Amino acid sequence: MRLGNRRKKLILLTVVMALIFIAIYAFGILIPEEEIAGSFLEARRPPSPSHPFGTDALGRDLLLRTFKGLSVSLTVGFAASAVSAVIAILVGIGAAAGARWVDGVMNWVIDLVMGVPHTILIILISFSAGRGLKGLLIGIAATHWCSLARLIRGEVLQLQSQPYIAVSRKLGKSSGWILVHHLLPHLLPQFFVGLILMLPHAILHEASISFLGFGLPPEQPAIGIILSESMGYLSAGLWWPALLPGLTLVLLVLLVDNLGEQLQKLLDPSSAQE
Amino acid sequence: MKGSLGRLARIFLTYSIKMTTLLLAVSVISFALVSESPVDPVQQYILGLGTAVSPEQREQIEDYWGVDEPPAERYIHWLSELLQGNLGESLLYRRPVADIIGERFLNSLALMLCAWVLSGGIGFTLGCIMGMYQGQWPDKILKRICYIISSVPTFWLGLVLLLVFSVWLGWFPIGFSSPVGVLEEEVTIWQRLYHLILPAFTLSLLSFVNIALHTRQKLADVLNSEYVLFARARGEGPWTILRRHGLRNILLPAVTLQFASFAELFGGSVLAENVFSYPGLGSAVSAAGLNSDVPLLLGITLFSTLFVCVGNMIANLLYGIIDPQIQEVSL
Repeated sequence: MRLGNRRKKLILLTVVMALIFIAIYAFGILIPEEEIAGSFLEARRPPSPSHPFGTDALGRDLLLRTFKGLSVSLTVGFAASAVSAVIAILVGIGAAAGARWVDGVMNWVIDLVMGVPHTILIILISFSAGRGLKGLLIGIAATHWCSLARLIRGEVLQLQSQPYIAVSRKLGKSSGWILVHHLLPHLLPQFFVGLILMLPHAILHEASISFLGFGLPPEQPAIGIILSESMGYLSAGLWWPALLPGLTLVLLVLLVDNLGEQLQKLLDPSSAQE
Repeated sequence: MKGSLGRLARIFLTYSIKMTTLLLAVSVISFALVSESPVDPVQQYILGLGTAVSPEQREQIEDYWGVDEPPAERYIHWLSELLQGNLGESLLYRRPVADIIGERFLNSLALMLCAWVLSGGIGFTLGCIMGMYQGQWPDKILKRICYIISSVPTFWLGLVLLLVFSVWLGWFPIGFSSPVGVLEEEVTIWQRLYHLILPAFTLSLLSFVNIALHTRQKLADVLNSEYVLFARARGEGPWTILRRHGLRNILLPAVTLQFASFAELFGGSVLAENVFSYPGLGSAVSAAGLNSDVPLLLGITLFSTLFVCVGNMIANLLYGIIDPQIQEVSL
């Protein structure tokens, strides 16, 4: 009985976290652009009840800007992670199930992507796309699939040595049939957990690349942009534009990371009985 | 011993071949990416000159640079110059790229080396403590801290440290690798170290988590083994066990992991250097990207790849040393 309760608690916790996550996202999306445009009369106000995060040098409310920025970050991070996870599953299956040389080539490509520091690679890709959203998305999608691909490759290699797959093969089922009916159902949880665990990294990369000035354009309310602007006012004693938006980002990343771990516990067959 | 040396030489050889192919591929890809860019390099060059240029002069520059040649031809031209050690001239700084990289790499190396040693030391110590008290409260607290730190973006941590220690407390300078307004020759080593502390600390906080969690796992494996049980039965205390059985087994894997983390170290240094306006390779690469300084961008990309590859090669060689199969061969 106790075990069942623990699992129920875990599910409840996951659902609550997912709801908070969705609420933050919806709140950010629903903020209209006009709300953010502030007035110069209210510039550089420290946090107060009417502006909980204070206002920036242009008089814009930082709380609204931060949450708008978080929703942008989440969208970018989610899109890039989804593409990255699809690449990972294709590469992983291709490397494990394909010919030997395919495996060799895939491993070489993974080494290649891992060999260039990711920040530099994203800067290059962003430069090539003329900066902005497109380069950012491609850059993050192109750099985050490696470890998940390796994980899936290992998983497929292990699955292929299972007796039921050997039996399936002896019964004359084609590789495609085995892939769809035996491999993919096994890999699906891995795929989703991998996707959610990739999300925090993607969000952090989005913020740092925007911070460096290669990501979203300066008028966009992104966390990286807010923090990069705040650097100019740091020595003037404006602590709130640097501290509060960054702290919110950290909390969001912790939330997403935790969500991924709970999902992993729920979906992983080896701990599902606990 | 001879067999083991032979094997190490083989690892070295195969890895060198692999490294060469990787570097070649990176040069092709980065060149292709840069030529895809919508930014017009001639326009950037002319902007940098600061004087008006007539259409004829512009044509001359285009002709000299070979802008109209097909990309493949330009690539081969660039590569042959590269192999002779000529990386071109930076548009931003108006100096040979090789000089800039050499000079800035020394600054970055000082920063990265400090952060590398610091993160290794902190990470290993914390990992040992977590492993020793596995499942007890020090382990739980430290693990929580590790997870929180891995969710903190480097540049924000840098900003907060800058805010607290430089702006509020005034203990450390706001930026740069040496005091402003002092001649290069008069800067003492202490002043340099003083300017290095905050960026190095920021950078090391980024990477110690990995090594701490890895060390914790390894130490836990060792402490659960039968020979440690026997050592306990003989009456050895926990610290003696750590010294006699733990450290020998976990130190080299930790060092190996630390060498394999050069890519994250370099990526982190780009952010840390930008926050602290530290004049290293990291701030040069973002300046190059923002100002469309193509030769410098390509040069630093290749150099960073080389840097990461060397780290990976050392890690691979160390794996070769600690792999028990080799030790069997050498016996």
